[in-house]
Amino acid sequence: MDYSQFGAMMPELIILGIFLLVFLFDTFTPDNGKKFLTPFTTVLFLLGTVAIWIVPGCSESVFGGMYVDSPACKAMKCILNVGVFICMLEAAKWVETDMVIIRKGEFYELLLVTLFGMYLMISARHFLLFIIGLESASLPIAALVAFNKHKYESHEAAIKYILTAVFSSAILLMGLSFVYALSGGSLYFSDIAASFNGGMMSTMLLVALAFVLAGIGFKLSLVPFHLWTGDVYQGAPTAVTAYLSVVSKGAAAFAFFVIFVQVFGQVYSQAWEWMLYAVIIATITVGNLFAMRQKNMKRFMAFSSVSQAGYIMLGVMAADTLGLASMMFYILVYVVSNLGAFAIISMIEDRTGLVSMDDYKGLHKTNPYIAVAMTLAMFSLAGIPPFAGFFSKILIFTSVTGSNSMALYMLVLIALINTIISLYYYLLVVKAMWISADEPKIQSFGTGACEKVALTLCVGGILLLGLVSCVYQWLVNVVGETFILPGLN
Amino acid sequence: MFGNILIWFVIIPILMMAGLGLCRNNGMGAIRAVMVVGSTALLALAIWLCVDFLGLRAAGIDDEMLYRGSWMWYAPLNIHLAVGVDGISVLMLLLSAIIVFAGTFASWKINPLPKNFFLWFALLSTGVFGFFISIDMFTMFMFYEVALIPMYLLIGVWGTGRKEYSAMKLTLMLMGGSAFLMLGLLGIYWHSAPEGGELTWNILEIAHNNAVDPTWQNLLFCFTFVGFGVLGAMFPFHTWSPDGHACAPTAVSMLHAGVLMKLGGYGCFRIAIYLLPQAANELAWIFIILTGISVVYGAFSACVQTDLKYINAYSSVSHCGMVLFALLMLNTTAMTGAILQMLSHGLMTALFFALIGMIYGRTHTRDIRQMGGLMQIMPYLGVCYMIAGFASLGLPGLSGFVAEMTIFFGAWEDVDFFHRAFVVAATCSIVITAVYILRVVGKLLLGPVYDQHHLQLTDATWFERFSTVTLIICIAGIGCFPNWINETIQHSFLPIVKALQTAI
Repeated sequence: MDYSQFGAMMPELIILGIFLLVFLFDTFTPDNGKKFLTPFTTVLFLLGTVAIWIVPGCSESVFGGMYVDSPACKAMKCILNVGVFICMLEAAKWVETDMVIIRKGEFYELLLVTLFGMYLMISARHFLLFIIGLESASLPIAALVAFNKHKYESHEAAIKYILTAVFSSAILLMGLSFVYALSGGSLYFSDIAASFNGGMMSTMLLVALAFVLAGIGFKLSLVPFHLWTGDVYQGAPTAVTAYLSVVSKGAAAFAFFVIFVQVFGQVYSQAWEWMLYAVIIATITVGNLFAMRQKNMKRFMAFSSVSQAGYIMLGVMAADTLGLASMMFYILVYVVSNLGAFAIISMIEDRTGLVSMDDYKGLHKTNPYIAVAMTLAMFSLAGIPPFAGFFSKILIFTSVTGSNSMALYMLVLIALINTIISLYYYLLVVKAMWISADEPKIQSFGTGACEKVALTLCVGGILLLGLVSCVYQWLVNVVGETFILPGLN
Repeated sequence: MFGNILIWFVIIPILMMAGLGLCRNNGMGAIRAVMVVGSTALLALAIWLCVDFLGLRAAGIDDEMLYRGSWMWYAPLNIHLAVGVDGISVLMLLLSAIIVFAGTFASWKINPLPKNFFLWFALLSTGVFGFFISIDMFTMFMFYEVALIPMYLLIGVWGTGRKEYSAMKLTLMLMGGSAFLMLGLLGIYWHSAPEGGELTWNILEIAHNNAVDPTWQNLLFCFTFVGFGVLGAMFPFHTWSPDGHACAPTAVSMLHAGVLMKLGGYGCFRIAIYLLPQAANELAWIFIILTGISVVYGAFSACVQTDLKYINAYSSVSHCGMVLFALLMLNTTAMTGAILQMLSHGLMTALFFALIGMIYGRTHTRDIRQMGGLMQIMPYLGVCYMIAGFASLGLPGLSGFVAEMTIFFGAWEDVDFFHRAFVVAATCSIVITAVYILRVVGKLLLGPVYDQHHLQLTDATWFERFSTVTLIICIAGIGCFPNWINETIQHSFLPIVKALQTAI
């Protein structure tokens, strides 16, 4: 065996290394040294991210085509790392609370393991490796969801999560076994794509694709596979909810693009174009309609993130360089906007235990800076200029309409009308904070250093990512140079 | 980039926001200083631009747009920050600068949260100015939305009455319009160049290429015209306007009715009609019907309202309907009238809303049934109100007359029955306007004093006088010297009318 091939897996090895160091630190430091665990992990992770950024990617696949770490994959991993880093900062206060402090090592370890799994999902070019990644990205999350073990809701959420996760994995595997049969006995992406060359149409293929869509759609909480989302997001600890809503979703979206466009691109118009079309419309609309009535902020964000997943999926409909670049840019902007909102939700929950939208009334009187940050996050999620969310939405819409097909214009129209619905409920939060005349329920409070850094990163991203075009330019270059897209049929 | 004068129209409001950010929350002195310096600078810049522009035109430079500049922004989609102005944009910039200036003085004593109020106010101005200097559809749309969203908080926090409802309704309806607009712009972008050419967002290049497929033009025209038409209060999408204006604080009503609604008319003109001339010829009749209804319906609705702000809001529906109506006549004279009407309505409505704000600040009611004889109590405000009213009903010597005469002269040029019938109907609105204006003037100003408590009220303060005098001078200026405006804008119609004629 040629061990030099492992050199191509640098990002995974770095994450694995960080995991082992954190594990050793957690196991072998005496109790009075444990308080250094959080800074140790955070700094180590930051250094690891920089290392992943610096190490050049290798566009050639290794292990006989099972694994590839092209610059596009690495860009996606860096985006996920931004999310994880902000999540770690946001969780820094929560992990020091009484019920969690003895298990904070496990928190970071589980976080890193799931990230490792997501890396494999992104880089896998063989379905077996992909499944390994998917499973190691899902199962530890159930443990994370159950992390507030003294709370009933946390358990309920974990059970719901793990049952749906296992079930959807089973469906995905069923679909992949059909694909295996159809492609003549291979699970390599390249072989499967080649076997579909010239197109092929059968009921079995349709069923297989529907199963694969359902399996990955669960991770992305696409409608109708979203039913777990509300309860799990509400029950999980807020830090974990934030992680679930951005990082886990981002990785799945990227994998979705790779699988559907690279592997099944040849049967695009025959088999899955309309399937995905319907799913996107349902996802955006249902997510929005449910979000309108939510009063619990975490549940509210859950449905808002369901509808955001629909917008992310628009990039798959575009299915070209611009589409993938816009999707990655959308995910990056979504990471900072959503984590900005979650940073504030978790700050308030940690201090007061309040999570209802009604509790936010009059927030600007007691905590003006936090109210401003929350307003910016809401505007960015709703797609209001000059904040980053506007640019990410417009860029993804532009990429979708590129083929000038009337059906896609209508899809964008539906998505645009839905942005108005989403604006309504995002404005409800703004209204509660700024307009409501009620006496504020939340007293003025100070913020810790980690929270300040996390919030500053998020607000900085919201303000700058759109106005500075170089990030998008960089993504387009990276994707255009290294991500080979087969022509769609 | 900073050498281009136009870019400073955006930079100054941003600097104002930065300056406000440094002020203390209740440091009224510093906040006012920043606002006055900033808005004066904007006004000076607009006047200077106007003079310089006329100088260049007089020197024989007849490019379509002057002061052009273009800087690459999003290279993969060929999005530029592109600026340039013609006579129409110059006047719109001047109008916006005047109203921002007057609005600053009209909200001299804003309460609570003065700093936040002016921050959002400055953001709104950024959007408005940015919109008028842009010639790139993307940046134009971006500034358009930047101008819309601060309205939500401005009305929601500082408004009166059913402010939460109105703010939400206004924001959602305008954003709904911009959803259609966005789709229209995307369609224009993807059809902006002939097969194999480089796609562009630049309005001038698109008009030059003239490559939008005829089969797509009709659809895109509907999207863009409806999108901008919502902001121009076109029937049946006007319902945000009365509620929104009635609940907004004074300066915001001024800016919104005075400038923001003009964004709609300007956009219809610059994008829908100019870039899609064939569809404009073909589909104008649909929108003539809708805007014709706006004109008459708005005027009738104003007759039965009792709230001063509602009266003026419906009157705005009628007058802004007239702008779109005139644009759709697709000839030079009517379009000149439309631009005059935009300026005239902008100044006049701003004056109206400023005065209503001042009266409401004293009497604490806007219901005309509970007021009377204000002319005896506050003669200065009474006279100003009468001047605004006369401008609105089209008294010669004031701006409204010039605008409406030009519109109807131009509209009469179309000889077929359909156009003439609608022109006659629209002309009737002048009479109805006289009815609702004189009704208010008679009851509110000249009638007997209704409430004895009102006798203790005082007349206008210095900053209120300053604000109103500025506007009145401008209104009389347009009324007496319309030729000056005509000279400024006459070049701007040539390319559009040419595009319309070749497209038939």
